[in-house]
Amino acid sequence: MTSSTNVSCFHGARRVAIFGGTHGNEMSGVTLVNLWIQNGKEIQRKGVETKPFITNPRAVEKCTRYVDTDLNRAFTTENLSAPSGDDLPYEVQRAQQINEIFGPKGSPEAYDVIFDLHNTTSNMGCTLILESSKDHFNLQMMHYIKKAIAPDSCPVLLTEHPLLKYSTSRSVAKHPIGLEVGPQPQGVLRSNIFESMRVVLKHALDFIELFNEGLEFPPCTVDVFRVSEKMDYPRDTNGNIIAMVHPNLQDCDWEPLNPGDPMFQTFDGTTIRYEGAGTVYPTFINEAAYYEKQQAFVTTRRETLAAGAIKKA
Amino acid sequence: MCSIMEGREVVLPTVSRVALCGGTHGNELSGVYLVRERLKRKVEEEEHISVVTVMSNPRAVQQCRRYTETDLNRCFTHATLSGPVTDKTPYEIVRSQELNTLLGPKGSPEAMDLVCDLHNTTANMGLCLIAYSDCDWISLHIYRYLQARENNHHRDSSFWMHFLIRVELPYSLDSVGKHGFGELIGPQAHGVVRSNILSTMQEGVQQMLEWVRLFNSGTPFEGGKVDVYTMVKNVDYPRDFETRGITAAIHPQLQDRDFCLLRPNDPVFQTFSGETLKYTGTEPLYPFFINECAYYEKGIALSLWSNAASPSPHMALAHSRAVPDRQETRADTLLRPEGARWTGAR
Repeated sequence: MTSSTNVSCFHGARRVAIFGGTHGNEMSGVTLVNLWIQNGKEIQRKGVETKPFITNPRAVEKCTRYVDTDLNRAFTTENLSAPSGDDLPYEVQRAQQINEIFGPKGSPEAYDVIFDLHNTTSNMGCTLILESSKDHFNLQMMHYIKKAIAPDSCPVLLTEHPLLKYSTSRSVAKHPIGLEVGPQPQGVLRSNIFESMRVVLKHALDFIELFNEGLEFPPCTVDVFRVSEKMDYPRDTNGNIIAMVHPNLQDCDWEPLNPGDPMFQTFDGTTIRYEGAGTVYPTFINEAAYYEKQQAFVTTRRETLAAGAIKKA
Repeated sequence: MCSIMEGREVVLPTVSRVALCGGTHGNELSGVYLVRERLKRKVEEEEHISVVTVMSNPRAVQQCRRYTETDLNRCFTHATLSGPVTDKTPYEIVRSQELNTLLGPKGSPEAMDLVCDLHNTTANMGLCLIAYSDCDWISLHIYRYLQARENNHHRDSSFWMHFLIRVELPYSLDSVGKHGFGELIGPQAHGVVRSNILSTMQEGVQQMLEWVRLFNSGTPFEGGKVDVYTMVKNVDYPRDFETRGITAAIHPQLQDRDFCLLRPNDPVFQTFSGETLKYTGTEPLYPFFINECAYYEKGIALSLWSNAASPSPHMALAHSRAVPDRQETRADTLLRPEGARWTGAR
């Protein structure tokens, strides 16, 4: 990447992948990717090789999140560099294969962009997930998408955090983008959720096409929610959950949670309140898959990121 | 449909042994949490009623899955309950026979008087009681009681109540008792517990037990008409001929519109290329279980039900506590037309 007159120049985004079925029971991505594998016309753009790909076929076949271990946590340096073998958990083997096809992660040969399609039981709407605050290409893309779907909103979740960041399947690419659309139960396909995801992807691919054609994107700012803290359910000494997300917090993703606001409700009706220092913006509220990860929701803080002008080199 | 003569009263013995079951599907969490909390609390002994609380499928609950090998809630037919058990028998079939020993045997005088089995659905169905017959006066009267309490209570408007009657040979856990029903609440994603849904289920269970106590202590209950829905048919998704994968989703205009009348030519599905597929039936019917997650594998996108008012008789406790079986049967026989569906000694 070279800088001249404050415009960052990137190589064209030539190789783009769209991942579905990273979690086998998140049906919008599974359905869209299968559709595009059969007929990819909708995702074709000039000068771009767009590859739809089912990342976890065994989980998709069983309509389960994963078979041995969560694929979307499996792309650690340790896993990717481990000697390959059948004794490894299925998803670790799969991570190594994906890294070979679309990576290697961190190398110049890696795919330019990977979109990873997910659903959530949380009321998150159409959320874009950004892994790095310094990825100007992604920031510009997200700015473009947000403008294109306005007045509908498209919150951006920034997962850059020393402890809470996790090794996703999309992290193999130079520019990883997560798409998290909800609420939708696992194993269910809702047509409105399916169409929302489809529309966001269309705009994303339009951006890539415009960029590849040489359009310069001027400096912009993007409002994001930076992940702050993971909040578990209250549990007893045996680890059993003893309270649920409070009705006042249920479905209120991205809305302010102030100190003193209700947060959990015990099974006998007692309210447990948020005792943080300031206002936070919770998300992933009551995501089914996170009960086992000890997470009732995550708190985020609002931030505005600046992206410099970008142009194809 | 059962017919009753005007003004006839049904007398029945006490409903003294009640079973409350949750976790029959391990990822339907309202019932799992309700049962877990009841099992933790010290339950006081009561006169007139004993309540057994059961976690039906502990292995599936532990894994937070609907079932481990086969759907437990399809294992309670007489054929499956009396089948041989080897070490290759699926876990749920073994478990169904254990539950039949604990709560039944189905069809015998020793069976629980009432079995209430707690479920959730991803469909927008509100609260539904599901039974196999509109002649199970206990279930009908419990439903009427819950409805009356609902009307007096401020509640989230999405909690409508319905009484559903299946027409198949009884296969579910609630059919083990002399009387029984499934109590189903949605919408809730599987693997999730929503506080408002759990509260509604807790209230429903309390009100059911309240009715049983009142009945057992001699309170008579007036008869009246009950709106019931009877199963007509299931509708599958359009599927790819070769792969059997679905080729359309529930249409946005039908999604979440359970129990709203579906008329001929109303939209039902939207294909992935945007085409609308319409309802081709000639009879307007009521959809339930629209987009229930667990039914994709059973080939059901939605099911269609007809609606009618069913009579429920005046009901009272039989005067003698020690009512021999033949008297109980006779009370029911008075009101049973020929050809009505029976399961054992109901």
